[in-house]
Amino acid sequence: MIATGNGPLYAYAAEFDDPTALVNAARAVRQAGYKRFEAYSPYPVRELDEIIPGWNPIAPLVLFGGIAGAVTAWIMQSWIAIVDFPINVGGRPLYSWPSFVPITFELTVLVASLAAFFGTWGVAGLPLPHHPVFNLKEFARASNDRFFLCIEARDYRFNREKTAELLEEFEPLQLWEIGKD
Amino acid sequence: MSVADRQLRTPRRPEPGTSLPVIAGPESFGTLTEQITSVVLTRPTPLFWYITFGIGMAALIMFIISVTYLFYRGVGVFGVEIPVAWAFAITNFVWWIGIGHAGTLISAILLLLNQGWRNSINRFAEAMTIFAVMCAGLFPILHLGRPWIFYWLLPYPNTMHVQPQFRSPLVWDVFAVSTYATVSLLFWYLGMVPDLASLRDRSKTRFAYGFYGIISLGWRGASRHWRLHETASLLLAGLATPLVLSVHTVVSFDFTIAILPGWHSTIFPPYFVAGAIYSGFAMVLILAIPLRKVYHLENLVTVRHLNNCAKVMLATGLILAYTYAIEPFTSWWSGDTFEMAVVHNRAVGPHSWTFWLTLTCNVFIPQLLWFRKWRTEPKRLFFVSCVILYGMWIERYMIIITSLHRDFLPSSWSNFIASPWDVSILVGSIGLFVVCFLLFVRFFPMISIFEMRELLPFSRPGGGVEK
Repeated sequence: MIATGNGPLYAYAAEFDDPTALVNAARAVRQAGYKRFEAYSPYPVRELDEIIPGWNPIAPLVLFGGIAGAVTAWIMQSWIAIVDFPINVGGRPLYSWPSFVPITFELTVLVASLAAFFGTWGVAGLPLPHHPVFNLKEFARASNDRFFLCIEARDYRFNREKTAELLEEFEPLQLWEIGKD
Repeated sequence: MSVADRQLRTPRRPEPGTSLPVIAGPESFGTLTEQITSVVLTRPTPLFWYITFGIGMAALIMFIISVTYLFYRGVGVFGVEIPVAWAFAITNFVWWIGIGHAGTLISAILLLLNQGWRNSINRFAEAMTIFAVMCAGLFPILHLGRPWIFYWLLPYPNTMHVQPQFRSPLVWDVFAVSTYATVSLLFWYLGMVPDLASLRDRSKTRFAYGFYGIISLGWRGASRHWRLHETASLLLAGLATPLVLSVHTVVSFDFTIAILPGWHSTIFPPYFVAGAIYSGFAMVLILAIPLRKVYHLENLVTVRHLNNCAKVMLATGLILAYTYAIEPFTSWWSGDTFEMAVVHNRAVGPHSWTFWLTLTCNVFIPQLLWFRKWRTEPKRLFFVSCVILYGMWIERYMIIITSLHRDFLPSSWSNFIASPWDVSILVGSIGLFVVCFLLFVRFFPMISIFEMRELLPFSRPGGGVEK
């Protein structure tokens, strides 16, 4: 165990060089009843989805955005064409709805995409320039070829000896102690 | 033996149905990251970059001068007059936006179809989309006459109490192109954030650390974040797929809604979409072939990619050839004198050279792609791609000029002769594209690193590294 960072303990981090070890360790940590733990990997590891569940409201957000865009577009076009700026083109009806379809489609896609993009960052809590895991210098390799499993000290099951023992079982390359500051 | 060494020694399972690999040669997570980030962070910028950047910059300066003169004198500096009231500007617009479509096809449609090979070309193809759409968007504004009030195209509460006419396809175009540009940008940036974090974590200077630190938004690769990222990417891909088809459909509506013979045709939307993807893949190859050579990326952008892109070009080219055949047929079948006159005028009229050049560049020469040698040898493929890209510009020119210059009344017939400013703005817009693209290659990861890592056989738990 090597300590990095200052201040009170933030988490224990186990460093792996292989996704299999990461997933096995994460599964064991979950079975041991921990709640506040997170796995960091340089690419999405889908096997973690069930082990580390998280709130993922992107799909409903996109649906909501799409509906909002469509309704806005339709109301905007109808109101402008009928009430705000009616133009009589050869006696054709002012509510010429088939020609409103393309813009309605475009705004549906636009608002839904904005919802997906900003929803992702909103739910993820990003941008966040600093995070305690960055106190660990070696964490730079989490965006390259290393995999980290962090168990936060605020987890009610966290125990300096037992948590370290649990992580040691999976033979991490290194076990780190990350300080909050 | 370290894990990285074991990763390098892991055998690849051959994929069914092809002898060409997506990643050639041994790779580990580390070597992939190193290879792609080093282009930005450590390797010296190649001479090729400086030379092409210089040429691009010269063209861009010409563009700025031409546009300044255009704004000073007005659209009269172009060769346009009645009845050919839009010529180069609209041709360039359609050409550029069509080029952009291949990027979205690669990044969105091939993602939904689970085509793993796209992972090494999607990032720079998307960048190509953004810069192409940027160039495209300029042309309608340059052609406005009073470009400083371009925002009148958008509905907003104003004291003049005037609003856009929503029955006009030109207004649809404003929404289609601006939505396309925005969604492409969001999709591109969302996909790039994890790779920007890789750059941040490997940056050597304080400035680079700060720059990539800010634009990577503090990404740390948490599994919960990856999940959100993946859902959002898939949904954006799902949204971009109908969007890309709609954009060129709306562009084709600019023509089909008019009653002009040669334009007023229901075949235009699929015709335009196929042509867009055709020219876009040609541009992807024109960019990929020198890039892989100059930056030694032959192991990541392999012959497999060239071959696949060539096949897509061949397929869309055949759709286009079919449309070229069916157009005169429908004119004849309709029995409409004016429609038949347009076909006749295209084949033997004053602009007939555009018609025959289009057929040569888009139909005859690309048939070489039936031969494997022409699909897999970079130099030959580069040649065919250039021919196609040129042919697609000529095609749009033909559609626009030959229909406009002879409409229903012979008394209003005229001809179109391009002015030097037409040409300088077209060449200048290519300069703008080249400069933007080269800056992207220099400062951003041009290949998606995290998606490439996923292609390695040991990236899945239990997947193949022997202890």
